[in-house]
Amino acid sequence: MILNGVNKNNANHYHRLGHLPRFADSGNAARRAGRSDGRTAPPMREKAIVTQVDGAAAGAPIIEMSGVCKWFGEFQVLKDIDLLVRTGEKFVVCGPSGSGKSTMIRCINRLETHQQGRIVVDGTELTDDARDISAVRSEVGMVFQQFNLFPHLTAIENLMLGPVRARKMSRKDARERAEFYLERVHIPEQADKYPGQLSGGQQQRVAIARSLCMEPRIMLFDEPTSALDPEMISEVLDVMTELAESGMTMICVTHEMGFARRVADTMVFMDAGEIVETADPETFFGSPRSDRCKRFLQQILGH
Amino acid sequence: MAFLKPGAVRIAAVCMLALLVTGCSANWGWYVVSPTTKTGMSNLLFLLGGLRYTLLLSFTAILISIVLGLLVALPGLSDNRYLKLFNRTYVEFIRAIPILVMILWVYYGLPQLGDIKIGVFWAGVIALALSDSAFQAEIFRAGIQSIHRGQYEAAQSVSLNYVDTMRFVILPQAIKRILPALGNQLVYMLKMSSLVSVIGMQELTRRANELVVTEYRSLEIYTILVLEYLVLILIVSAGVRWLERRMRADERG
Ligand SMILES: Nc1ncnc2c1ncn2[C@@H]1O[C@H](COP(=O)(O)OP(=O)(O)OP(=O)(O)O)[C@@H](O)[C@H]1O
Ligand SMILES: [Mg+2]
Repeated sequence: MILNGVNKNNANHYHRLGHLPRFADSGNAARRAGRSDGRTAPPMREKAIVTQVDGAAAGAPIIEMSGVCKWFGEFQVLKDIDLLVRTGEKFVVCGPSGSGKSTMIRCINRLETHQQGRIVVDGTELTDDARDISAVRSEVGMVFQQFNLFPHLTAIENLMLGPVRARKMSRKDARERAEFYLERVHIPEQADKYPGQLSGGQQQRVAIARSLCMEPRIMLFDEPTSALDPEMISEVLDVMTELAESGMTMICVTHEMGFARRVADTMVFMDAGEIVETADPETFFGSPRSDRCKRFLQQILGH
Repeated sequence: MAFLKPGAVRIAAVCMLALLVTGCSANWGWYVVSPTTKTGMSNLLFLLGGLRYTLLLSFTAILISIVLGLLVALPGLSDNRYLKLFNRTYVEFIRAIPILVMILWVYYGLPQLGDIKIGVFWAGVIALALSDSAFQAEIFRAGIQSIHRGQYEAAQSVSLNYVDTMRFVILPQAIKRILPALGNQLVYMLKMSSLVSVIGMQELTRRANELVVTEYRSLEIYTILVLEYLVLILIVSAGVRWLERRMRADERG
């Protein structure tokens, strides 16, 4: 892939680190990124070089998390999370169970509320303001581990519900759009089946199509293949890869490392509520810096 | 009546047969409701005429109690403690009032509050609906709570607002799950409607009472009354079960 070709250029890979420019001059930023060499990220403008790959429109920051903290009661799930995602970028997040991966991406469309720090999505800061939340949600699609399809509706009705009720589209237009996206996930023939009649892989693809039907600018995936039988994983990953190639901004929590290598611009490793390491896949898999990350990769890659 | 399964018909037939067999002994005087004589026929029609009011009363009351129950259940599910408090207070308060007392209070008590005039029918409907709404609220709350949180999250992630989420995602699934409980409530309502006879509502029980006063054949007349309720409720239960089957079929295709 072209993207990885650029990433191979070592001079550029720090540019891809997902950090806010305002942290660029602090040594903290380097430590957060798991860098021990103390080098700091270059100023914002230079980053555009990298994202040019995705075309002229790409490169503007679309998700900015800075200093995000969250507690469940006494327990701190997210510790000072900083993340900068630019239009068209693909982030893959991994880390041990319970490290806060789901919680982090669920904060981005406010399925969870953060208690400290700032989250800005496409220029809108997430606060308690319901209008801002709905503005953000209409830009952000989400795919869940358990699919969460509406079991009482057929596949195509699942896709049409959002456009008809939230976007006020006519049923005819919504149906056309739904058919288009079912085609894109390669299951147009399943349109009139209920979720209970579909295989896991088909259900997850319907779920992806349901999100795409809202025409979001960002797609979040929370372990989309973890609930699937092995033979169905690739059909879902293929759809996700195609989506990535179309230029969609994506954050995927997944442990499918083959997929990550193919698609990711940036790998994010989380442990115990922190972002421990952020790097391009080449560096991430080749020479992870932190011990925690090394251990994790050894476990997951099985050597 | 496509939903009448042979099972329901058989149960009804057995019960009636049992009653008729015992009814052949000398102590029974079936002439009082025998369709072969003129008075018997008119007595029988008088009794059956109450069916209309029992049905009207019960169905109106259950519709209102379902709506009320839902409106009371939703605040109970919110995170706001005042809304929760409203839910608990309503449920505990209404649940503590016996239905008969509620009927008396609405019919004789309520009009004295202001210059309100309530007919027998509406007094009955209001009393039954209020009494039942507390139970409906609990049924709805349990049903809605049983829906997985992922359904709300999926609805939110396709930008549905609260009302649309409830209307198109949560309630259709919840209602399917609570259908057996709603069916029970309907049966219960049909039976409790007999209490409205005390304020003069011309439903099944009232008519039987009135006939007994003039004919002095309480055994036969009340037996007919028993059979009326039995048949009515068997039909309603069969209907509810038919509805359940049909709704389940939706998902399997
Ligand atoms: N609603 C909640 N209430 C209390 N604790 C929670 C809640 N949700 C998550 N947690 C806790 O927060 C921590 C992070 O959870 P999270 O689901 O984000 O982890 P994860 O990295 O996605 O793990 P996994 O790989 O198992 O999905 C866990 O320890 C979990 O037990
Ligand atoms: Mg998770």
